[in-house]
Amino acid sequence: MEKEEVKQKIYELVEKSVGKKKLKSSDIQKTVSADAGITRDEVKDALRDLIDEGKLIYTYFGGSFVEIPPKE
Amino acid sequence: MPKKYETPLLDELEKGPFPSFVTEIKKAAAKSSMAGDELGQLEKSYRDRRGYWKHGGIVGVRGYGSGVIGRYSSLPEEFPEVANFHTVRINSPSAFFYTSDSLRQMCDIWDKYGSGLTNMHGSTGDIILLGTTTDKLEPIFAEFSSRGWDLGGSGSALRTPSCCVGPARCEWANIDTLDLTYNLTQEFQDEMHRPAFPYKFKFKVAGCAVDCIASIARADCSIIGTWRGKIAVNQAEVANYAKSGMNIQSEIVDMCPTKCMSYDGKELKIKDEDCSRCMHCIAKMTKALKPTGEKGATILMGSKAPFVIGATLSWVIVPFIKLEPPYDEFKDLVRKMWEFWDEHGKNRERIGELIIRRGMREFLEFIGVDPVPQQVKEPRRDPFFFWKEEDFQK
Repeated sequence: MEKEEVKQKIYELVEKSVGKKKLKSSDIQKTVSADAGITRDEVKDALRDLIDEGKLIYTYFGGSFVEIPPKE
Repeated sequence: MPKKYETPLLDELEKGPFPSFVTEIKKAAAKSSMAGDELGQLEKSYRDRRGYWKHGGIVGVRGYGSGVIGRYSSLPEEFPEVANFHTVRINSPSAFFYTSDSLRQMCDIWDKYGSGLTNMHGSTGDIILLGTTTDKLEPIFAEFSSRGWDLGGSGSALRTPSCCVGPARCEWANIDTLDLTYNLTQEFQDEMHRPAFPYKFKFKVAGCAVDCIASIARADCSIIGTWRGKIAVNQAEVANYAKSGMNIQSEIVDMCPTKCMSYDGKELKIKDEDCSRCMHCIAKMTKALKPTGEKGATILMGSKAPFVIGATLSWVIVPFIKLEPPYDEFKDLVRKMWEFWDEHGKNRERIGELIIRRGMREFLEFIGVDPVPQQVKEPRRDPFFFWKEEDFQK
């Protein structure tokens, strides 16, 4: 699977969880690797890109989570 | 001009000969309005007997999930200068070695962008910079990183590894604590800056069982230098200690936790096979006793401050491991431990709590370590390893 597709899957997963459940990085890695049949390292790599691009951010609410940045 | 507050309660804490944190905050408040409002809010906290801070949320620098801890006043109208009062953690070098020049540079950056208050070092071991606003975070990071510094760990991540001074200043170091700490920091950058664990994870590296860094009480993974050989005894030096007034029987022999020593007034004898390498005798009689043989470390897991199950000390997982660069055996072991934690850990569950919840047997099987007597934490009380029937049929 292309990296861009993995990034899209990650973003959609995080987007779907908004208001329902805060996802940890490991939740994303487990879910996407199982769904897409790829390794966790590949998911981790794609997630790193999304964070570096600012499309997703880390937040801390009694634990560290990955979320969509708030709209300015 | 920073706002001035009356602080009668805090003033009480300036009395006495010892340096006072109130005096330091007041000095900072003379030129920083943030430190001024910090002082005002603290006085109010003392008066009302409650805290007015909130922490967490959405602050950080691009690409990092660690190193900045959002902190906010719950009274922003009353103390607007500390409405945002974020903490920045800077990854400290091994054993906290700095040049005075690097400290000056750091403080100049902090005076420019923050409250001017620091905490050297926080309980995590990082350089802690106390109090800045969200818009200053990226410039602070740019200033520090351009000088070769990086953010430390925070949140559900690997925290900045720390160590004792080790061979840099101590004759008892059985391992190169500084190199190992540096090496782990380089190796696990991702784990430190991109939080992916169920909760925090700390390495603390001590060169010997004296454990100056209190690794056994405050690290999820305590690495404590040890040796696998005899303690060499210089009887002439033993005699010198006795001559200079040391009561070898009561101060050394009777204090030995495994009672492996004896002294007849002339000769000190050690039954090395019973020695637990606690370092008490060696630390007291440095000139007379010396470890010999192979050097390495004991790996212990699970200590933490009170939270879900109360405070715990680390317990032995690997009694002896050689620790030499590139430390591959140790790193592989750590990765297996993290895999177990990732597989079974709940949100905010420390790895030690998980081991207690799931059982030592499952943990040891997962990481591929055999059960050995040294892992027993409390003999005759704590059956940490539950045998299965098939084990007896082997």
